[in-house]
Amino acid sequence: MKKHQILLDLLFTFMKIGLFTFGGGYAMISIIENNCVERKKWITHDDMMNITVIAESTPGPIAINCATFVGYQQAGFPGSIIATLGIVVPSFIIIFLISMFLDNFLEIVVIANAFKGIKVAVGFLILEAAITMIKKMHKKMFPKVIMICSFVIMLLINIFSWNFSSISLMLAAAVISLVAFIMKDSSTQKGGTEK
Amino acid sequence: MIYLNLFLGFLRVGCFAFGGAYGAIPLIRDVVLSYGWLNEDTLTYMIAVSESTPGPIMVNLATYIGSSQGGLWGSIIATLAVILPSYIIILLVMAVLKTLIKNKYVQAILRGIKPCVVGIILATGVYMILGNLITLSHKVSVKTQPLILTIILAAILLGVKVIKKKKVSPIMTIIISAVLGVVIYGF
Repeated sequence: MKKHQILLDLLFTFMKIGLFTFGGGYAMISIIENNCVERKKWITHDDMMNITVIAESTPGPIAINCATFVGYQQAGFPGSIIATLGIVVPSFIIIFLISMFLDNFLEIVVIANAFKGIKVAVGFLILEAAITMIKKMHKKMFPKVIMICSFVIMLLINIFSWNFSSISLMLAAAVISLVAFIMKDSSTQKGGTEK
Repeated sequence: MIYLNLFLGFLRVGCFAFGGAYGAIPLIRDVVLSYGWLNEDTLTYMIAVSESTPGPIMVNLATYIGSSQGGLWGSIIATLAVILPSYIIILLVMAVLKTLIKNKYVQAILRGIKPCVVGIILATGVYMILGNLITLSHKVSVKTQPLILTIILAAILLGVKVIKKKKVSPIMTIIISAVLGVVIYGF
């Protein structure tokens, strides 16, 4: 494909993703996975998992992070700009029109009702993203334990509105995993020298 | 000077908004109130609009607030300012990613973070589905309309998967649920 065709493809794909991103970043993982991994095969599932982790540990919306990553990988610097702008343009136009012409946007009954429906779908899309990730996870004891612990703690945080962010939870998981690795690493090294 | 203030204010939001939109909203409130752009009520309304329109909530809010303060140019400047930090950070990360990811300590850290992120996403999904159905305010009660909607949507998603052996695409799921919302809440 020629360069400008790739750029146009990036622009339209990310505009489509931007138009259907509701309810924060997690729901859009499913949409990106569906478009960039399954349909266009621009990135692999592992890339997607890495982007999610990077997006979670850096500031800014996941949608922007994903777009920049995929755009850069497909078409370098211009690709990253086109994909990032692509994801912003639809919502920019919608919000700009609302701010200019609609003072009572939330009182429009049809929109309010449609959005109540979409809220239900967002939950399903997030669940779907999680299930896809679980299926592709290493079937070992350690990641399973971390996954289940994080799940339970995060659910409790949500239910009781505890003031504990997901970032701290990720930091804790990183430290535990690193310490476990260093201990294992040094014990195998010791075992090696004794022999 | 409003353009410069919008740029600096939203650049600050873009730099420090960890953990998605719900981490960004307190930051935006801080910036907006400290510059005296909007009062609390207008801001709350704008947050609600940004949540019910497509696109990342914090980008929507930047567009909305920018437009209210500086028209078209205000909205463009605020929107670009809020996405600029994450754009640059991702480019930097990608430049070092290939080398970094081979490092055994980085791999060890990722082995911990990946399942943790999966757990967090799973919990968010479960909580959102249950949160739509149940109110926990005084006593636990189930809301009927969301329950009907959830059951119908689940039936459609599972039904298509079983009968056509194909997943309903996420975009189609959003469209179906919007129609269901209009029908079920409208009558």
